Amino acid sequence: MKPATNSNSVVKMKKERNWKRWTIHLFPIPALLIYGLFIVYPLFAALTYSFFDWKGIVRGEFVGLKNFKDLFTLEPFSGLFWNAFGHNILYFVLQMIFQNGLAFILAYIIYKKVKGSEFLKIAYFLPRLLSVIVVGFLWKLILNPNYGALNVILEKIGLEQLQKAWLGDPDTALISIILVNCWYGIGFGVLIFLAGLQSIPKELFEAGKLDGADGLSMIRKIVLPLMVPSFMIMTVLTFIQSFEAFELVYAMQGSQGEPYHSTDTLAIYFYRLAFGGSAGGSTTAVGLGSALAVVLFLFISFFTALYLRYMQKKQVDM
Amino acid sequence: MNHTIWTRPFYYVFAFLIASISIYPILLMILSSFKTSAEIFTSPLSLPKTFNLDTYRNLLEMIPFTTYFMNSVFVSVVSVLLILITSSLAAFYIARFTFVWNNIIFFFFLMGMMLPIKLGIVPLFILMKDLNLLNSLWSLIFMYVATGIPLSILILTGFFRTMPRELEEAARIDGAGNLRILWNVVLPLMRPALGTVMIIQFIQSWNDFFFPLIFITDDLKKTIPVGMLSLFGEYSADWGALFAGLTLASLPMIVLFFIASKQFMEGLTQGAIK
Repeated sequence: MKPATNSNSVVKMKKERNWKRWTIHLFPIPALLIYGLFIVYPLFAALTYSFFDWKGIVRGEFVGLKNFKDLFTLEPFSGLFWNAFGHNILYFVLQMIFQNGLAFILAYIIYKKVKGSEFLKIAYFLPRLLSVIVVGFLWKLILNPNYGALNVILEKIGLEQLQKAWLGDPDTALISIILVNCWYGIGFGVLIFLAGLQSIPKELFEAGKLDGADGLSMIRKIVLPLMVPSFMIMTVLTFIQSFEAFELVYAMQGSQGEPYHSTDTLAIYFYRLAFGGSAGGSTTAVGLGSALAVVLFLFISFFTALYLRYMQKKQVDM
Repeated sequence: MNHTIWTRPFYYVFAFLIASISIYPILLMILSSFKTSAEIFTSPLSLPKTFNLDTYRNLLEMIPFTTYFMNSVFVSVVSVLLILITSSLAAFYIARFTFVWNNIIFFFFLMGMMLPIKLGIVPLFILMKDLNLLNSLWSLIFMYVATGIPLSILILTGFFRTMPRELEEAARIDGAGNLRILWNVVLPLMRPALGTVMIIQFIQSWNDFFFPLIFITDDLKKTIPVGMLSLFGEYSADWGALFAGLTLASLPMIVLFFIASKQFMEGLTQGAIK
């Protein structure tokens, strides 16, 4: 009836629609900004920091690879680096055995439908709810040589000879911390492995039974191959976590890796370099710290990527 | 069949033994929090003689626990809200549109799950200083949002992709804009996924102590985990109060867990499995 206004409103609608279509590109912007500014930028910046000389947190001259050279050739830095590196490896190995190994066995038991499996799941998972600092402090009290519950229990059951200053002795301090970490993480592992087990088709077990497979060969031939994705996840997560180990060590032994650097991890050493307290003093070494961060970063990424690729290939082959 | 007869009891003993190792320290923590220090030192394993709350009263006099608590609540709640908003906007964009750069954006976010952000703490410290955010709760909020975004986007994008598009298209024909579609049509159907994200991120931001350790020195700006650090630093001899502090710090999470244990366990593992 009114062609003029009609075409006008069509133009207006089109404009509006174009505007609406354009606004969609605003949707990912907030996430990109926050993520870019607080995650991506700092990691890139850490890389550039490692090429400079630092006075406190003020940047000095460009020094090329000097920080890296110092980190690996200058004492005490290189000695402390390899000392801490070894501890991280031990961290990873012990966690793989005591946390993930045990978690797999427990998940298998729950999967076999024991009574009270809900209770078991909740029990294993409970420690995971605590803050790592609470875990560290709680165990510090339990492991206290004089009043701690562990030594008291050992005495009560007649094993006095095993009593120890668990965290004061360089031979047991690191291992104690790692086992506490296993205590904290085991429930998560159980749930991951349980989810993996539950995704195995039941028919496979029945077919296995018909072929006369017993429990152990069933595990070897059916369960383990199909659990590869779960093992992969847990290995990568444990690897990253072991090489980033900081909070629990800090809570239990502070930033000096006491006693005698026997609990030093790379992240603790990094913290000392970056925020003071390295070599006993309060001077910071941001350049060296950044170099260490870069080395650690490359190490973690390289092995994670390598492992993921290798496992993916293996899975395809099977 | 024969060997199940002897493996069964072994299974039980083993599984329940480990379960008691998991629970006992937590139980010990709660029970000890009702004992005086003298009682803990003389009989560390026995039940408390009386359930008196003196240790808690002492604790509240020693440290500004209520302030820590309010700070923790503020930081966690705001972080979780911001994560939900930013991540659902981004995930909606990634899952529902097919712009050429969508896969790149998705990969860019996913990369964040593997990035060890703690190694960037020196630049972060300088950044927060430049932004005037040291000793501000917002420094923590920004960190928890930034570290929470990758996993949240992964979970939400996965969920978006499984949802049928018909309702959205109907709303679009009715003239609804993208924001309206997301808010009125899509998000109400996403409740399970949003719940998962909420639980994971709430635990993370409630329990973290790394970032406040670096960014917060003002006692009145501390969250509960770093508050524990000052408690143990200053009052290390009063074990009753120490146990009370640890118990109070953990109680909110434990209570929430018992209200929704299934969602907690599913939530925390879901991120890893996907």
